[in-house]
Amino acid sequence: MTAGVLAAEGIRPIRIALVGPPNSGKTTLFNTLTGSRQKTANYPGVTVERKSGLLRTPVGHTVEILDLPGSYSLRARSPDEAITRDVVLGRQAREALPDAVVCVTDATNLGQHLRLLLELRLLGRPLILALNMMDIAQKRGCQISSEALSRQLGIPVVTTVAMRKSGVQDLLGQIDALLNQAPAKNGTAAINDWVEPSPDAIRAYHREVERLLQEAVIREGAPERLTRRLDRILLHPTAGPLILLAILFLMFQAVFSWAEAPMDWIDGGMASLQQWFAAHMEDSLLKSLLIDGIIAGIGGVVIFLPQILILFLFILLLEDFGYMARAAFLMDRLMSVVGLNGRAFIPLLSSFACAIPGIMAARTIAHPLDRLVTILIAPLMTCSARLPVYILLIAAFIPATTVWGGIGLQGLVMFGLYATGIVGALVVAGVLRLTLLKGDRQPLLMELPSYKWPNPANVLLGLWERAKIFMRRIGTIILSVLIVLWFLSTFPAPPEGVTEPAIYYSFAGMIGRGLEPLLAPIGFNWQIAIALVPGLAAREVAVAALGTVYALSGDEGAVTEALSVTLAQSWTLATALALLAWYVFAPQCLATLAAVRRETNSWRWAAFMFVYLMVLAYVAAFITYRVALALGGG
Amino acid sequence: MNGNDERERGAFELGRATGPGFTQPLGLMDRGGVGRILAVRGGDGDSSEREIERGLLEMGFVEGACVEVLHHGFLGRDPLAVRINQTMTVALRRCEANAVLVGSLLDPTSARPVYSRGRGESR
Repeated sequence: MTAGVLAAEGIRPIRIALVGPPNSGKTTLFNTLTGSRQKTANYPGVTVERKSGLLRTPVGHTVEILDLPGSYSLRARSPDEAITRDVVLGRQAREALPDAVVCVTDATNLGQHLRLLLELRLLGRPLILALNMMDIAQKRGCQISSEALSRQLGIPVVTTVAMRKSGVQDLLGQIDALLNQAPAKNGTAAINDWVEPSPDAIRAYHREVERLLQEAVIREGAPERLTRRLDRILLHPTAGPLILLAILFLMFQAVFSWAEAPMDWIDGGMASLQQWFAAHMEDSLLKSLLIDGIIAGIGGVVIFLPQILILFLFILLLEDFGYMARAAFLMDRLMSVVGLNGRAFIPLLSSFACAIPGIMAARTIAHPLDRLVTILIAPLMTCSARLPVYILLIAAFIPATTVWGGIGLQGLVMFGLYATGIVGALVVAGVLRLTLLKGDRQPLLMELPSYKWPNPANVLLGLWERAKIFMRRIGTIILSVLIVLWFLSTFPAPPEGVTEPAIYYSFAGMIGRGLEPLLAPIGFNWQIAIALVPGLAAREVAVAALGTVYALSGDEGAVTEALSVTLAQSWTLATALALLAWYVFAPQCLATLAAVRRETNSWRWAAFMFVYLMVLAYVAAFITYRVALALGGG
Repeated sequence: MNGNDERERGAFELGRATGPGFTQPLGLMDRGGVGRILAVRGGDGDSSEREIERGLLEMGFVEGACVEVLHHGFLGRDPLAVRINQTMTVALRRCEANAVLVGSLLDPTSARPVYSRGRGESR
C-alpha cells in the first residue's frame, strides 16, 4: 500500500521532513506551507524544538510537515544537528522514520548546498529537492535546468519561492505524486549502513556537485554585490564595532522607552481586575488567594511581556536580516579571551530579556564545553525580572541628581548593575575555562549569510513563539509558586492582638526569620529574608512579597510607590546596595534551573550553577555592605 | 577605505602572494588577498585535526576553490571573513585557516576550480 492510500484511509498521517542547510530559507518555506497551523514541542531529553505543521495537498491528503534544524551535513556537530540526523535516520526516540524528505537548498548557493542532498540520496528514501529562492537567482541572471538536475539525480526537483504561496504549488504537487508511488523497495537497508562521511568522502561529494552543476547550470548569475558593499561598512575594523555598539544601545533604549505605555496598560488592567474582584466577591480565603496571590503575582510578571517582546523583535529582525552572524564575527576575538566562542554572543544577548530562551539558543553552539560555559553564565546577564527590584531600590535610595554634565546618577547605577553582571560573567567564563571546563579553544566556522529583508511573517511567528513560551511559564511554574507562596504567607493565621504584620507569624515568616542570622552579615533584615523566600522561585515576586511584609495593600503601582517611601525610611543605604549586589548574582529563578537541567541533561550542572551563583551573590553582597558601612552608608 | 583602495590592495596581494609557485597558509593572508586552495591539510591522523579538516571541507574549503579574504576582526586582525567561489562567505579564525594552503590563481599547475566555470576569476 502506498503512503497516499494509508493517509486517505485515515490509517496514519503522512510525515514529511524538511531538511536543509542553514540560510536556505527552509523555515520561511515551512511557514508558508503550514501558516499558523503549527505546533511546537520539545524532543525528549533536550530543548531542541520540534516544529511541525499540517497541510492539505491539492489531491486532499493531510500531511504533517516536520521542520528539522538546519544542518550542512548529516555528520552532526551540535545537538541541534544531531536531531536532524537522528530523525532522518529513524533513530530519534518517539519519532517514526519520515515517509519522505524534502531537501531545501538556496538556488543561489547550490555549489555548497547540494552536498547535503547527495548525503540524503544515499539513504535511498523518498526524496524531493526544492530549489528555493529561485526568484533571487533569476534576478541575478542565473538559469538552472531543474529537468537536467532531476534526470541526473533521479529524484523530483521543484523550484520554490518560499515567500509566496504560489511559489510552493509545484512542491505540493510533487508530494502528491510521490505519495502515490509504491514505497521504496530497498526499505531501510541503506539507512542502517549509514556512516559519517570521511574527509575524502566529502571531497568526492564536492566533485559530484561540480559535475551536476556542469550539467544543470545553463547560465551563471552575477555574484551578489549588496552584501559585499554592506559588509565593507558593517565589518570594517573600526566602524563595525561602533555600529554594533550603537545598535545595542538603540535596542536597550527601545526596550525601556517603547515598553512604557503597554506596561502601564497591563498595570492598569490588573488593577481594575483586582478592584472588580474586591467589589464583587464575598470576603473569603479564595478571594484573598485570587487578589493577593494570583492576580497581584501574575500581574507582576506579565508586565515584562512588552519588554521581552521588544528585545526579541530586535533580535529576530537582526537575525533574519543576517546581521547576527556579523555580530558574532565582531565579538569572537574579544570573547575568545575568556575562552568563549563568538557564537555565544547571540544566546547571551537573548539572556538580557530572559535567561531561558538564551540557554535554549546555546544549542546552536557545536562544542559541548563552549555550550556549557555559555549556559552557566547566561543567568548573569541582567534579565528583565531583575528590573522591578532594581527600579524600586534605585528610586528609593539613589538621589535623582546629575553628575558629570547631565548624566543621571540613577541611570548610572542601573548601568553599573548591568556592567557588573557582564564583567562577572566574563570572569566566571574565564575561570571555568581554566579550571573545571578545561579544553582546547574550539574553532569558529560560521557562514556569514547574504543580507536580505526580514520576512515579516517569520518575525511575527517567532515573536508569537516567544510570547507563548513566556506565558506558558507563567501559567505553570509561576502560577503554582504563587499559590504555594500565598499559602506559606497566609498560614498559620497570626495570634490575636499582635503588632507585627500577619506574614511574620506565617510559615514564610518562620523560614525568613530562620534565615536571618545567615543573612545578617550582609545587612539583610528579617523583612528582606522573608521576601527572598518567594524570590528564590522567581526574582520579580520579591517586590510583591516586600509589599506584603510591610503590610501594604493596593494595586501593583500603588504598592511600589508606597514601598519606595517605606524602604527609604527603614533601610540603610548599605543594606539597599547589598541587596542590589545580591540581585546581580543570585540564582533566583526555578525555571532557569529547570532549563539548565533539561539542556545539560543533568541535575549536577543545575546544582553547580545554583551553588556558584549563591556564593558569588553572598560574597558580592558582603563586600558591598561592609564597604558601604565603612564609607558611612550606615 | 574606498573601493578603489581595496581593489588596488587586492591587485597588490595578487601580485605578491599569488605569483606562480607562491603558496601560503590562508591564516597568513591579509584583507584583499585572493588565491586558489591547493590543499586542506588533515594532519597525521590526530582526531581533532581531522575534525577541523572535515569542518573546513563542509563549509566549502576544498582543493581548487577560489578564496578571497574580505574582512578581518578589529582585535589582532582575527577572525577572517573569506569568500569562497564568490558565493558563500565564511568566518574562521586564523589558526584554523592555517590548515588551508593557498596558491596563485594564475599558477598553471594548480587544480582547476572544483565547480563553477570561471566563477571567481573575473577579477
